[in-house]
Amino acid sequence: MGGLLELLLQHCLESATAIKEREAAKVRGSSDRYWKAMTLIDLVNPTRFLSLTARLLPFLAAATTIILLVGLYLSAAAPDDYQQGATVKIMFIHVPNAWLSMFVWAVMTTTALGTLVWRHPVADVAAKTAAPIGASFTLVALVTGSLWGRPMWGTYWEWDARLTSVLILLLMYLGLMALWRAVEDPSRAARAAAVLTLVGAINLPIIKFSVDWWNTLHQPASVLRMGGPTLDRTFLIPLLVMASGFTLLFVTLHVAAMRNEILRRRVRALQMMQARASSNDVRAASPASQPA
Amino acid sequence: MSLGPYASFIVTSYIAAALVVALLVAWIAIDYCNQKRRLREIEDSGVVRRSGRSATEP
Repeated sequence: MGGLLELLLQHCLESATAIKEREAAKVRGSSDRYWKAMTLIDLVNPTRFLSLTARLLPFLAAATTIILLVGLYLSAAAPDDYQQGATVKIMFIHVPNAWLSMFVWAVMTTTALGTLVWRHPVADVAAKTAAPIGASFTLVALVTGSLWGRPMWGTYWEWDARLTSVLILLLMYLGLMALWRAVEDPSRAARAAAVLTLVGAINLPIIKFSVDWWNTLHQPASVLRMGGPTLDRTFLIPLLVMASGFTLLFVTLHVAAMRNEILRRRVRALQMMQARASSNDVRAASPASQPA
Repeated sequence: MSLGPYASFIVTSYIAAALVVALLVAWIAIDYCNQKRRLREIEDSGVVRRSGRSATEP
């Protein structure tokens, strides 16, 4: 833990030095209107990110495991609901995944701004790697929702506003993943995906307020609502612990996936260097390039 | 702990969530090993980063 704090302190000191250098450049007159914002963005670069994740990931993984285990214990120990019986236990899995399905898209929307405004490479990496994780949370939310709906509503699926808008969210995640795979150049793919992500963010308020705007089979919000949660503490506490555990799970998986993507881009860069070097060798060895 | 008449729905929900999480973790772990291996292979062939540092190191 001491080593981690030392690393974070060192990281902050390095960032402070970078800011001072920028300020000095600004005084020299070489600044532009983006300097101030850029100093914040510069706090993250791929090399610094990799060194930070190497230390951070074990702590994140341990914290995620502990909180999820505590959450599972509290979920198992929670009493049955007077109306729903034991099926209320599905809520402890379904609701955190449904929250995260929207939260991940909100994270991607923020990184999309980083891509379009500052063209920051780590913003591209963050957006690309968040999509499959967000799609997984959305899939779990839909599957567990169906399994909860069958005994409570009498149907696995209904084309109502909440269920349909979440299904659209899943399709948008899959579309984004397909777009990233379809365009070979990562920076071009990043810009196209960023635009699509920003447009797709319109779906988030639709999902959230669909239960208020339309007459749906899905129940209205009972935790994140004006006037506070209506859920009893015996259910609310396990739910919040599970939500914290799943949020930490997302952070852990996202950081690990971002590390992999940075390494993948290093592979690509080195392969391009290798290809350039071998094409130069071929040109130098060919008879046409030899002086007569 | 009795799960009542809908035990199969509850157990299936938890198994589905665990399966998806396990697949995500496995995918990320395998991908990490693949990228490290590819970087080592490229470095072994003599290609190095412009900085001169090892690509497998942060």
